[in-house]
Amino acid sequence: MPVLAVFLGLAGGAIVIVISNAASGRGFDLLLPLRAYASMLTGAVTGVDELVRTMSEATPLILAGLSVAVGFKAGLFNIGANGQFLMGALGAGAVGAAVAGWTPWLAIPIALAGGMFFGALYGFIPGALKAWTGAHEVVTTIMLNFIAAALVAFLVTGPLLAPGFSFARTGDVGNAAFPAIGNVAASGHIGILVAFAAVPIIYWLLNRSVLGFEIRMVGANPSAARYAGINPGRLVILTMSLAGMLAGMAGAGQVLGITHFVSASFSTAAGFDAITIALLGRVHPVGVLFAALLFGVMRAGSALMQIQVRVPVEIIDVIQAVILLFLTAEILVRWIFRVRVERAGLEELKTITKTYGQATR
Amino acid sequence: MEVVFEIPVIGLILQFVAYLVQVMPSLAPIILGISVPIAFGALCGVMNERSGVVNIGIEGMMLMSAFFGFIAAGFTAEVIGEQVIGPFSATVPLLLGVLVALATAMLLSVLHAWLCISVRADQIISGVIINLLAFGLTGYLNRIFISPNPGLGGGTFSSFHPPSWLVDIPLVGWLFSMFLEHGPISMTLIVFVIGLQILLFRSRWGLRTRAVGEHPRAADTLGIDVFRLRYRNVILGGVFAGLAGAYLTLEQVGAFQNGMTVGRGFIALACVIFGRWTPIGAFGAALLFAGTAVFGRAVNITPPTGNLAPLGDFLSSIPQQFYGVLPYVVTIIILAGVVGRSIPPAADGRPYEKEGQAA
Repeated sequence: MPVLAVFLGLAGGAIVIVISNAASGRGFDLLLPLRAYASMLTGAVTGVDELVRTMSEATPLILAGLSVAVGFKAGLFNIGANGQFLMGALGAGAVGAAVAGWTPWLAIPIALAGGMFFGALYGFIPGALKAWTGAHEVVTTIMLNFIAAALVAFLVTGPLLAPGFSFARTGDVGNAAFPAIGNVAASGHIGILVAFAAVPIIYWLLNRSVLGFEIRMVGANPSAARYAGINPGRLVILTMSLAGMLAGMAGAGQVLGITHFVSASFSTAAGFDAITIALLGRVHPVGVLFAALLFGVMRAGSALMQIQVRVPVEIIDVIQAVILLFLTAEILVRWIFRVRVERAGLEELKTITKTYGQATR
Repeated sequence: MEVVFEIPVIGLILQFVAYLVQVMPSLAPIILGISVPIAFGALCGVMNERSGVVNIGIEGMMLMSAFFGFIAAGFTAEVIGEQVIGPFSATVPLLLGVLVALATAMLLSVLHAWLCISVRADQIISGVIINLLAFGLTGYLNRIFISPNPGLGGGTFSSFHPPSWLVDIPLVGWLFSMFLEHGPISMTLIVFVIGLQILLFRSRWGLRTRAVGEHPRAADTLGIDVFRLRYRNVILGGVFAGLAGAYLTLEQVGAFQNGMTVGRGFIALACVIFGRWTPIGAFGAALLFAGTAVFGRAVNITPPTGNLAPLGDFLSSIPQQFYGVLPYVVTIIILAGVVGRSIPPAADGRPYEKEGQAA
């Protein structure tokens, strides 16, 4: 089913490429999408540097995807991974700059923890709002995304501004930077390993721990969980903080591994990719890993695609939306392929809409 | 007055109120202008949620219709020119742009309605699909069609200027400038707000819509076609999202930028809740949000002076970025403050299944 959705997503993207190319007067070319996807693949997987770049593009997507997936498990829709990502980046940038002169053995974990802490804090806010007041996380997390972008601009041009640069940015993270893996130009870093390690840890947490059991129970049926003696409010806060921590980790990895500082215009789309990734991975950590790798391929290869065949990189966002459409409407997939597909059966999703506009208590 | 203003804390609040009374009349038209896309988005939300469908995709509908309205107006203007044919310096390209914007939003509404009502997919995911599709497609097409043609555009509708004797009427004159000093889309807003309020609570259609949103099974038993009414309301609601989008590119700015809706569609959802699922309430909430958005500008242009000076010092010491995020902060505070106490339509967000229909 996810494979079919990806295939249909690429097909949808192909239709958009062909039509827009013809409408903009560059001619009707049915093979253009194939060439676009071929050069995307070339830019992503042919050669060691390309593979490392794909991995490093996938790294924040794995962590942000896990963030959204953890939320889904508890029946929470974390659209705020973007904001949590930014806060994690800011936290890691600020703490990293402060400990830049320390030994890497101390500086790296402290800066990473700083990013995770601020991400968790930023996930805690919508969690607490939902648990205590019933404000639905779908709207509050989106509002917090905008607020996070403004906070980055404010703090980087104000309190965290590093002197002596031609543009507004924070100080260099120095020794807190992640050691590079492979060729420096390919921007590989040990954060890739951190993200891969997070997959089994989150799997264990969700499927083998008491907390994970409670999270899944609240997601499947909040009232039943309450009768079983679980406090759904506490779980909502914990889950959102955990989701925020994972997204914050993604942001921290981006700063400590690649940029080494935060500029005033630092931004990301990882949080939105993460929604598709979590659903494409069927809200399972291993599924999220594969979905994130797929998106890593697309993100890493799209630059070459834009240069070689002049198809804008934004086509990925279109493909992503179409994938999500077919994942949601599996009835369409059945109809197109004339096959019986098992129902997506993500029971947790029903909880999300049911609680919209209502208090969870 | 000055004595009152010097009371600690309360004095500052009173100064604040006095300041609002002083500046609001001159800001009123600006506030209404800013509230237009939010209020239209909220009307779309009211139409949807009253019939039992949650619509998170208003933001994306707005963005898509803003884009396609702009593109249609721009390319038509290149072909047939911009001959003014009516009031508000209306041109054929502009009118065509509005129609395309409405059609765009209605098409997306058909998709949303189909996913929510027929497929019975998750309604919030359906909205997210529309948002992602809108951001992706407009970003992609922007690169292909607008970036290579920097001169593209069909202009904007011009504003009506009420005669000065009307605006100069003491006490109420500013209300005329608030509602009349606008282009055509903004001016129709208040008509739609009042019209929808009356229809929703005083007409047969309104009663049926509310029944379908509260208790679809009961409505079905009484012979109302739940699916058909929900389809119709969701698609008609799309008209409002389309007007919001058309306002952005064809009346307010006259240009398209990626993500130019900057969360207005989501603020509109908060307005729906704050306005307790009524058109007039949602409009009031939209005015409140617009007020918070304008407030920072007011502090910059006409800072409180005279015996309001202490307040002025306080307000101008707050960084400008804070005023920029004020609408988002207020959205969160309002959601946190009123959700527990406001009751949405009972069937909001729940797909309807006919009895005996396989789940």
